[in-house]
Amino acid sequence: MKRLLIYLKDYKKECVLAPLFKMLEASFELIVPLVVAAIIDTGIGEGAGKGYIVKACLVLFALAFVGLISSVTAQFFSAKAAVGYATKLRHALFGHLQSLSYSEIDRIGTSTMITRMTSDVNQTQTGVNMVLRLFLRSPFVVFGAMIMAFTIDVKAAVSFVAAIVLLLIVVGGITKISIPLMKQVQGRLDEVLLVARENLVGIRVLRAFCKEEEEVQRFAEKNASLTQHQNKAGSVSALMNPLTYIIINLAIVWLIHTGAVQVHHGVLTQGEVVALYNYMSQILVELIKLANLIITMNKALASANRIADVFEIETSMEWKDSAMSSEPGDIAVRFEHVGLTYNGAGEEALTDIDFTVKRGQTIGVIGGTGSGKSSLIHLIPRFYDATKGGVFVDGKNVRDYTQEELEKKIAVVPQKAVLFKGTIESNLKWGKEDATPEEMEQAIVAAQVADVVKAKGGLSGEVAQNGKNLSGGQRQRLTIARALVKQAPILILDDSASALDMATDAKLRKAIRELSYQPTVFIVSQRTNAIMDADQIIVLDDGQIEGIGTHEELLSNCVVYKEIYESQFKKEVTA
Amino acid sequence: MKQGKVLKKVFSYLKRYNWLMLLSVLFAAVIVALTLYVPILIGDAIDAIAEGAVNFELVMFYLKRVVAVVLATALLQWLMNVINNHVTYHVVRDIRKEAFDKLQILPLKYVDRHPYGEIVSRIITDVDTFADGLLMGFTQLFTGIVTILGTLVIMLTLNPMITLVVVVITPLSLFVANFIATHTYAMFKTQSETRGEQTAFVEEMIGNAKVVKAFGREDESMEVFDDINDRLQKCSLKAIFYSSLTNPCTRFVNSIVYACVALTGAFTVLSGNMTVGILSCFLNYANQYTKPFNEVSGVVTELQNAIACAGRIFELIEEQPQVPDEASAAELSDASGEIVCENVSFSYTPEQKLIEDFNVRVKPGQKVAIVGPTGCGKTTVINLLMRFYDVKSGEIKVDGNEIRHVTRKSLRQNYGMVLQETWLKSGTIRDNIKMGKPQATDEEMIEAAKAAYAHSFIKRLPKGYDTVIGEDGGMLSQGQKQLLCISRIMLSLPPMLILDEATSSIDTRTEMKIQSAFTRLMQGRTSFIVAHRLSTIRDADIILVMKDGNIIEQGNHQELLAAGGFYAQLYNS
Repeated sequence: MKRLLIYLKDYKKECVLAPLFKMLEASFELIVPLVVAAIIDTGIGEGAGKGYIVKACLVLFALAFVGLISSVTAQFFSAKAAVGYATKLRHALFGHLQSLSYSEIDRIGTSTMITRMTSDVNQTQTGVNMVLRLFLRSPFVVFGAMIMAFTIDVKAAVSFVAAIVLLLIVVGGITKISIPLMKQVQGRLDEVLLVARENLVGIRVLRAFCKEEEEVQRFAEKNASLTQHQNKAGSVSALMNPLTYIIINLAIVWLIHTGAVQVHHGVLTQGEVVALYNYMSQILVELIKLANLIITMNKALASANRIADVFEIETSMEWKDSAMSSEPGDIAVRFEHVGLTYNGAGEEALTDIDFTVKRGQTIGVIGGTGSGKSSLIHLIPRFYDATKGGVFVDGKNVRDYTQEELEKKIAVVPQKAVLFKGTIESNLKWGKEDATPEEMEQAIVAAQVADVVKAKGGLSGEVAQNGKNLSGGQRQRLTIARALVKQAPILILDDSASALDMATDAKLRKAIRELSYQPTVFIVSQRTNAIMDADQIIVLDDGQIEGIGTHEELLSNCVVYKEIYESQFKKEVTA
Repeated sequence: MKQGKVLKKVFSYLKRYNWLMLLSVLFAAVIVALTLYVPILIGDAIDAIAEGAVNFELVMFYLKRVVAVVLATALLQWLMNVINNHVTYHVVRDIRKEAFDKLQILPLKYVDRHPYGEIVSRIITDVDTFADGLLMGFTQLFTGIVTILGTLVIMLTLNPMITLVVVVITPLSLFVANFIATHTYAMFKTQSETRGEQTAFVEEMIGNAKVVKAFGREDESMEVFDDINDRLQKCSLKAIFYSSLTNPCTRFVNSIVYACVALTGAFTVLSGNMTVGILSCFLNYANQYTKPFNEVSGVVTELQNAIACAGRIFELIEEQPQVPDEASAAELSDASGEIVCENVSFSYTPEQKLIEDFNVRVKPGQKVAIVGPTGCGKTTVINLLMRFYDVKSGEIKVDGNEIRHVTRKSLRQNYGMVLQETWLKSGTIRDNIKMGKPQATDEEMIEAAKAAYAHSFIKRLPKGYDTVIGEDGGMLSQGQKQLLCISRIMLSLPPMLILDEATSSIDTRTEMKIQSAFTRLMQGRTSFIVAHRLSTIRDADIILVMKDGNIIEQGNHQELLAAGGFYAQLYNS
């Protein structure tokens, strides 16, 4: 919670002014009963006449008007502070989310990050707005009314103190009990949502397995549990109004009783009793408003906690601030007895991976489903940290690079062909911000995507969100072009030509071999013909290296590779 | 759906809680009456405190009454709140349950046509908003109106002239509130549009965070984010500030009313037509009378919103369900697998004709391959066989039974289906494999997993078969998910099979092994296979060739090649 408050830092002025004007408004309201008392005592009681009453009423009008002005001013400052706060918070949250490493991204999941970024931040914005406007006004009115009561009569005012102490206990107690209950309600709602979503996404399978009745049962259970929790939380909140009502009215009874005694002793006037009574009523009105808003407030607190949880997730990856010098030899990449265990996984995803890659070589990586191909190449740009051994790029451990320096050395084409909303040019420039049209053109030609770019209207051709206006194969080739624009010394293709036909794939590989800057290339593939010509082929099975060598070597000494090759060779023959 | 009709439906749900509702209304009326009675008693008590002649006996008499009335009011208030909560949450539960029950019998046509997000938001968000509105309506609208009426009556009995002043001025606040609401509507619209833009951007960047990282584009995306964020700040500030003017403005109107009452009241007292006590309680009433106007204007917007949401839910609930099973529908058990399609015609929309007058006769144990270019409508055949959709005309018979004359449940239980798009339920691996046969023993389950080559990877998961997988498979790779789906079928061993590119995400070596397991499984079982692999297709007894949604050729490999049609073209390309 405290973590989030620092985003109000730049709005100190507003945070002070908003409640201040709110208090100003409240103090004008507090004067009202005094004026009414004057009307009764002086205007009516002492017979000061109609002129006095009219004047007093004009004061009431003036108070209302000044109250309006201060209230509007307060609303402005509090809105400014709350909106500014939310803006800064979103900025910080987005920055924080971007700083997280792959391990944390895997763990948190996208959809919850998005809801926290949007609806939870909005909830706290409402919360801040409310606190600035009301949670200072209400105590001010309450305590102000009490102080005013003291100025009228100390004995009668004691009832105010008693009432306020009791009220604090009641409001505090109910809030304390109901916040955890509300969190539980929110959790139950999540479960109901999950079942509903699952039944839509999996509708065919569920119907094929005739699970309708079971699912109805499951939903009914979750739904009933939600209702039960809502009722429980509701019953506690339902106490708020009746309890405050009792306390205030009992205080009024006490007040009038002592008031009667004081009037009898001539210490108080009748008008003053009315004024005291009015103050007490003001407290009541204020508290009822407060009670209704506490529910909103509690929701904001729950959201604030959810956001704070995200901030608490520290990136597990520390980057060096300044780079150590490296001695670029002719070895581009080296894995030294590398092991990788994912967070929360039972077993190692990679075990004892050890190999060396010379500058300019092409490396093929092949293996079955879940054999660790992607895991292996993800270690080179340090998307994950090796849990055992070390990964070296240009003779230097990847942990000793600055983030920027390592990122410059490596261009990755991810497995999932993702493009972003914008133009072809804006997407290609992800690789290199200041790429010239010629450089982009070269990359486009090499990636075998020139025909697509032409058909889309050249570099300025539009790309929809997630590249939806392009086919899978077109997207893949554009992501390859994006990586080529970067002209990084190491190029990694993670099964990124799967949607291309054999002929295009072959042309692409030829173009990559002929790149002027001669990068070291890693090609991950399920197809043997995509990696047959590589200088070295790494065969993975169950996270371990089954064999390293050229195509011919592996065919003669690696059973797994031979099996893969034959399974596809036959396939091609039959096809 | 019209508002009136929606309200009618809402009341039909409330009816189940008739006596509770009645109690709530009764309590509300009593509470309002008692709340209004308290100021009168206090006014009387104050009148008994005339200076120099305090009537203690009378004061105590009134105060004792106040205590009794207050305690009764508070108790009733609490009971009313609890009842309102109870009714609201139970009505909402009923509606949600009905919506979900409906979901189970809705034709797939409906679900296929609506995005998941939309249906989920109807069942979850809309119902929730409706609940909020209903609760507010209960607690505030009714008591608000009763308070206004009650106060009016009392004020009229106390002094008609001053009441007139109050009645004339107060509606001003409704007018002001309405004025502000209509003028801020556009600002809120801009705000929600900008919010939508930001959400879309966040979704794109955070959803693809790994790519952003790989290219080191954090700073650039931050820039774009900040640009949207700044625009959002500006329009939010406008919307929030202008809308927040409602409260001060209506309060201002209230203060004016208060001052007017004080003025006219004081004059009336001077003229001897009213006591000071009555004036003080009149002022109190003026306050109580104007407050509900603020609340009511807020509640009305909230209620309109709630009714709009309820309308969306009822639309879903009243959607035409699928044709129920016939009362005389037979149970299909252990089908031999003879499937006959006679003059089958089908289309998703009347304008676009798909399958026309289709005939095929599949003998028990035969293998049927469905081939054709991407997007040719191969899933349509599956939809018809599983009766996810009903044929427009003609008949599909399994073992001589027209499938519309057997129960859906028994028909589907005779099929085993593995789809290209895998789907797993959140729960344990065990739950997922046993989905088709919950009574299976662990030995049988492991046997099935081994047959599907899933056992070795399951074994390596943190808790083996008890590993909980998240929504839609969570951390599992696409290939692993497919292996689990195949395990399900290997366990339930149904007499007929539908395999829609069941091995598309599995590596070639494992695929070969699974293929041999499938071959064993298919022996003696009628099977429908959607596949690209020509070796699978060549061995099929019947090949259905599809193009643009229609089945254009059928026969075996030799026949089709000899015919020299579309299939021959595909094969030779």
